[in-house]
Amino acid sequence: MSPRSHALLDLDPAVVRRARSLARKAGKPVVDLATAHTTVSVERATLRLAGLTGADHDGTPWVNHLVDAVRAEVGLEHGVTTPVWDALRRDAAPDLLTLAQKASSGGVTFRLPDGKDATAARKAARKDVAAGVRTLDRQHAARDRFVRKVGDAPRTPWIYLIVATGDIHEDIPQARAAAHAGADVIAVIRSTGQSLLDFVPEGATREGYAGTYATQENFRLMRAALDETSRELGRYVRLTNYASGLCMPEIAVLAGLERLDMMLNDSMYGILFRDINPIRTFVDQRFSRQVHARAGIIINTGEDNYLTTADAVEAAHTVTVSQLLNEYFAKEAGLEDWQLGLGHAFEIDPEVPQSFRLELAHALLARQLFPKAPLKWMPPTKHMTGDVFRGYLLDGFFNLVGAMTGQGILLVGMMTEAVVTPWISDRDLALQNVRYVMDAAGGLTEDFHPPRDGFVQTRAREVLDEAVGLLEGIVSDTSAKGSTYPQPLLAAIADGTFGAMKRPPTAGKGLDGVAVKADDYDNPAITLLEEGSTR
Amino acid sequence: MSADLVRPYGDTTGDGMVQTSFTLPLPHDKRAEGAALQLAAKMGMSPALLVHAKPMGPDFTFFVVYGSVTHLVDLREVHVVEREYPLLSSADVNQAIRSHLQRKLVVVGACIGTDAHTVGIDAILNIKGFAGEKGLEYYREMTVVNLGAQVLVPDLVEAAREVQADAVLVSQVVTQRDAHIHNTTTMSAAFREAFPTGQVPLLVAGGPRFEEGSAATLGVDRVFGRGTTPGEVASYLVHELVTSRTRPDPRGAQR
Repeated sequence: MSPRSHALLDLDPAVVRRARSLARKAGKPVVDLATAHTTVSVERATLRLAGLTGADHDGTPWVNHLVDAVRAEVGLEHGVTTPVWDALRRDAAPDLLTLAQKASSGGVTFRLPDGKDATAARKAARKDVAAGVRTLDRQHAARDRFVRKVGDAPRTPWIYLIVATGDIHEDIPQARAAAHAGADVIAVIRSTGQSLLDFVPEGATREGYAGTYATQENFRLMRAALDETSRELGRYVRLTNYASGLCMPEIAVLAGLERLDMMLNDSMYGILFRDINPIRTFVDQRFSRQVHARAGIIINTGEDNYLTTADAVEAAHTVTVSQLLNEYFAKEAGLEDWQLGLGHAFEIDPEVPQSFRLELAHALLARQLFPKAPLKWMPPTKHMTGDVFRGYLLDGFFNLVGAMTGQGILLVGMMTEAVVTPWISDRDLALQNVRYVMDAAGGLTEDFHPPRDGFVQTRAREVLDEAVGLLEGIVSDTSAKGSTYPQPLLAAIADGTFGAMKRPPTAGKGLDGVAVKADDYDNPAITLLEEGSTR
Repeated sequence: MSADLVRPYGDTTGDGMVQTSFTLPLPHDKRAEGAALQLAAKMGMSPALLVHAKPMGPDFTFFVVYGSVTHLVDLREVHVVEREYPLLSSADVNQAIRSHLQRKLVVVGACIGTDAHTVGIDAILNIKGFAGEKGLEYYREMTVVNLGAQVLVPDLVEAAREVQADAVLVSQVVTQRDAHIHNTTTMSAAFREAFPTGQVPLLVAGGPRFEEGSAATLGVDRVFGRGTTPGEVASYLVHELVTSRTRPDPRGAQR
């Protein structure tokens, strides 16, 4: 953004600093909590980095078998790598895969080694896991090279389109057609329900529900197809999927290994909207963000979802608060500004007077607060009624806000939202809408300066003040003081502060997969990611 | 024209004008336009006016067609299956529960059998919801217990008893060899055995393979098919359990 950006809304720098410091204050205790725990999915993700893939004939992945077997014998709290590589050193099996296979039928005894055995097991684990981390680095470098060679998206916002047939072999031609039609980013929506699976399905999949399963093979197939399309088009077409749900860390690893470019990865979405346990989520979140940081993946956060449950005017400040928290958690995990696709959405009821100006104020506030982040601008869904003609107009106004406020990533709105999954013609019409607005008004960022203390500036400041107020309320929440989970942010989540959902830290899915780390906990993946080392 | 016969209205009574759009998997050329007009004619549009044709990539063409349809609509032959309950907004659902039931309505949901696909039950229960409608968790006056996937029938019965469920929602998405029918009848039989007559929670089965009107054979109170929204389920629960209750409260009058 140009230097003019700060003046656009005349935000008080002291208030902006206060908002950030409150977000840090709310987030820090949760980061401490996250670093004190591990989860089955973090451990499985570590084994995936070490190269363990595949599943048994029932589709249960070997990483699940191995983590379950280790957990049953020595617990999760020491990390699985030490007992696993100790077993390999004791020649329980010639390699990781065979070990997992033997362990699945109870044919391996795991122990917690000490002394020299422990040191040697850890060293061996680190060596194997480091190979996976180097693959993340290689893929990161490969992307940079590819972009340099074929060229990047010609302008911002990047045009983001969704495919969701349920069948990867059907998704591929649709994705390629969408890229040819102008999409810069292709997102493959996941099958509904995958977020609650405590394993990652294997192989190329052809049956999903309202989406396609995220699997390593599906990732590989789609990235390969888009590489070919990128060469044809002379611009790099990015691929997006979802690192969310119970397997968030593993999916992040698979995305890094297969060179996906962006991942949906919100700090609180699973807690609020999928009833996943808060501790599980924050632990999984931190690991997955460390992986994304290393792999050069841009994350997309899910603030747009709050506005589908709460009123977009009344709850506008909860979006800002969540963006600030997502920013804190992301940076703590090593992500840089260019990787923060913070979300927000055009969801104000069009019947509200001056709704367009309110949208402009909210979108501009996000732009001003996070000037270096490639914000993700999400289209209307809540007020898409099935009147496709009116919906098309609403999408046009959504695109115009995107153009006027310099958004980084624009998710293309479909006039058939809430009617059908997009048809080929819906996508084509939607892209014409985007192209028209960008060609006609793309330069408006240059001319659009909301007048001092006018409607837009005043509204933006009001939302920022409310956000600061909410954050102050959160950090001063002492209702859980003295309990197992005194963290004010957890108390706020339990009270229903976000998305109107009450999610206590002692409930929710996946809690049984969480363990408090023991003093001798070791995880070479976390070590390598935090040190930035490659060996 | 008799009052029972109507035609679409463009700008003159009886002009029969309709507008439609569609895509053909053909490259855009004269032949594709002819094909579009042939389709329009077969749809009863005569004369049909091809007002817009646009190639979408090398293999597809999008068309907009206006024209007068030759069909007449005979209102005497219009038969509709009316929903047996009124569709309520979430505010009205909450209001009805608050004023009539004076306690929270307790709903237990699960996928039973080997079906691991919680997409159906989650669409109805999770706040995220479905088709732009929030799930039942979003309703302030409902207590929702979602047991998730692969729940054993005895566990479901036990959970329903423990939380004193008013209604039990069971989802069956992926099914082979009529497993959804078998699972559902097993479930309903277990409930009828475990609870005294008149105190069985309202049993609701949902899934794309259930046939409309099969509730009685399945031993449940209602089945919902593909495309059912949370609002429909919520409205039905209110209709059955709150406003038009003809049976005593299965959880006892004192509650």
